[in-house]
Amino acid sequence: MSFAWAKPYEPKAPFMRWLDERLPLPRLAYGAVGGGYPVPRNLNYWWNFGVLAGLFLTVQIVTGIVLAMWYFSSADGAFNSVEHIMRDVNAGWAIRYIHMNGASFFFVVTYIHIFRGLFYGSYKAPRELVWMLGLVIYLLMMATAFMGYVLPWGQMSYWGAQVITGFFSAFPLVGEPIRVWLLGGYAPDQAALTRFFSLHYLLPFVIAAVVILHIWALHIPGSGNPTGVDVKDEKDTLPFHPFYTAKDGWAAAAFLTLFALFVYFAPNYLGHPDNYIPANPLATPAHIVPEWYFWPFYAILRAFTVDFILPAKLWGVLAMFSSILILFFLPWLDKSPVRSGSYRPVFKRFFWLLVIDVLILGYCGGAPATPFYVAVSQLAAAYYFAHFLIILPIVSSLERPLPLPDSISSSKLHGEKKEAAPAGISPRRGATAIVE
Amino acid sequence: MRYILGLIGAVFSVVLLISFFSNVSTYLSSPPAATAEEEFHLHPKHLALKSDGPFGKWDVKQLQRGFQVYKEVCSACHSLSQVAFHDLEALEYNEAEIKAIANQWQTEVPSVNPETGEPATRKALPSDRFPSPYANETAARAANNNALPPDLSLITKARHGGAAYVYSILTGYRNQQGYKNEKGEVLLEKFPTAKTPQGLHFNPYFANLNLAMPQPLTSDGQVTYAPGNPKPTVDQMAKDVAAFLVWTAEPKLANRHATGTAVVIFLLFATLLGYLAYRNIWYGEKAAVRPTGALDPENQAKAARAKRKAGVKG
Repeated sequence: MSFAWAKPYEPKAPFMRWLDERLPLPRLAYGAVGGGYPVPRNLNYWWNFGVLAGLFLTVQIVTGIVLAMWYFSSADGAFNSVEHIMRDVNAGWAIRYIHMNGASFFFVVTYIHIFRGLFYGSYKAPRELVWMLGLVIYLLMMATAFMGYVLPWGQMSYWGAQVITGFFSAFPLVGEPIRVWLLGGYAPDQAALTRFFSLHYLLPFVIAAVVILHIWALHIPGSGNPTGVDVKDEKDTLPFHPFYTAKDGWAAAAFLTLFALFVYFAPNYLGHPDNYIPANPLATPAHIVPEWYFWPFYAILRAFTVDFILPAKLWGVLAMFSSILILFFLPWLDKSPVRSGSYRPVFKRFFWLLVIDVLILGYCGGAPATPFYVAVSQLAAAYYFAHFLIILPIVSSLERPLPLPDSISSSKLHGEKKEAAPAGISPRRGATAIVE
Repeated sequence: MRYILGLIGAVFSVVLLISFFSNVSTYLSSPPAATAEEEFHLHPKHLALKSDGPFGKWDVKQLQRGFQVYKEVCSACHSLSQVAFHDLEALEYNEAEIKAIANQWQTEVPSVNPETGEPATRKALPSDRFPSPYANETAARAANNNALPPDLSLITKARHGGAAYVYSILTGYRNQQGYKNEKGEVLLEKFPTAKTPQGLHFNPYFANLNLAMPQPLTSDGQVTYAPGNPKPTVDQMAKDVAAFLVWTAEPKLANRHATGTAVVIFLLFATLLGYLAYRNIWYGEKAAVRPTGALDPENQAKAARAKRKAGVKG
């Protein structure tokens, strides 16, 4: 793996030589995230979010292990054990708030990481498996986050579990038995809480394992870059360490500052007040909403209101699952050989339209299901599917991309961004010809 | 495969558009009627407490007054099950005072008679949580017209608006007869069916306007504050008890603010150092790759080539 000019690992200290001959773990690290991994020299700050996602996974695992030492997964005791952590455990409030907001921030960096991949065509050959493993991580994250949100056993925990496991009952015949089997009963109760806790502890380690595959698959072709042009020679790359460790380091510190502002000064801003009410199966909250990172999908679910051949609920559930599953086909839906959106004037517009569309879906998913918000989410959800399954294939076959730079180093060394387009064609304004 | 996927996309989009048009036509043919809650429910009033904001700290004197209001008014119906008597140390009560408060608490703690094993009660100890005034939920509902007084430990975190909501509810009881909203509409003229049922109490700060709890703070001076404190008006008592309930919901709030300030200063410093290290490490590479733009000879040659090719003059 990696490029011919990658620096080989040369242990100097006798102990490191001794270790290298027996267990070459430092060699592995050197080749993966050290001086032995050549990275395109032109990465912009959108490329920091992968490392940040790894950082937040670590934060979640470490704080989660500590919380599990105090948490009590019982329907009678879960809520009080969380309050015990908040009140009586040394720095328990900090660990719990870090874990709570860490989940949100993990999703923030992951969403930015995903949209970076969408814009710069990171899903295209030869990185299809990197993209698909990333989607697997994302699905595992969603499952983990959902089960984690159930654990405090507050009102939103309970009713969220009720609603989300209720998705399965939309499927005819097998749906209801599956739901009962998943919950271990007819409604969320002790059996559901204990198994969610068990799985919530397991899945992060599965995520960590898939992250290793994700990085392994990435290191075969090497990292992409904002031009989307392949690395040609040594001039195009810099060793990961010290260049990108330094860049990731300061970006991580800056992002953790933002994180700390939430943890210490607005820890409940991203949560819902109802989850400070103990779970009560007899009192349904006025409106049940999931955590903010599920809002776009919740909007898609609620957008189907008409029983057209199939029941509306089944449409909603199918569409919600499909909205993620279609992303697995993205490498084949987008046929354009040009990776970077910077050189694709038409694609670029639709990309930003998609970003706005997902933000609108998110807003509607968090809002109460009034006719207005439902109508808006119906249009936005229709656009979401049309974007990936209809618009993207058509755009990618009709669009004429702008000329690409010869190489990464020439684009960097000679300001190709300005000069890449032929005379009279301004790359900033797309393919509009200006005759001087 | 692209065609199959395209078809799936088209099906979802078409079903969504059908849903959209049926939704819009239902809305147009029978627009939903306005409800009394939508038009007469009020958002919480503004409330400024010393514990607000990133540097907020406790106003211990106010918390003590709030505790007094809780003890003399609220605790008749509401429990405080997450808070123990010894937690009152944070309100600067000393050990003897806490012992006395626990010992004299109006409700005793459930226990077992050591000789017979029969259920019994005993006087509270500092290590006990504030006991509920009712033996169980059924007893609480039986005593309150089938309404259940919620536990107050987390109430300011469990309601939108937090302390301001508590303050607004406590001071928000109104006479429903002739009640107008800001637009000057009279509630019972616009919605004659919204009349508060028997046993409930009209309060526009409550989500459905009718609250089971009768007005708890009814007159100035209902609680007697120790000398050196503000006059115990209804407004002052409501503010004080709201401040106290912010403390019960999160006793570590002041620690959180203080720790947070230190953590953010540390991280800003780390960010600065990290940034300088980054600039330092990249210095040589940045100089080498600084784009020279239009004056770069290689770029000029390339632009000329491209212009020739495109047939543009000049």
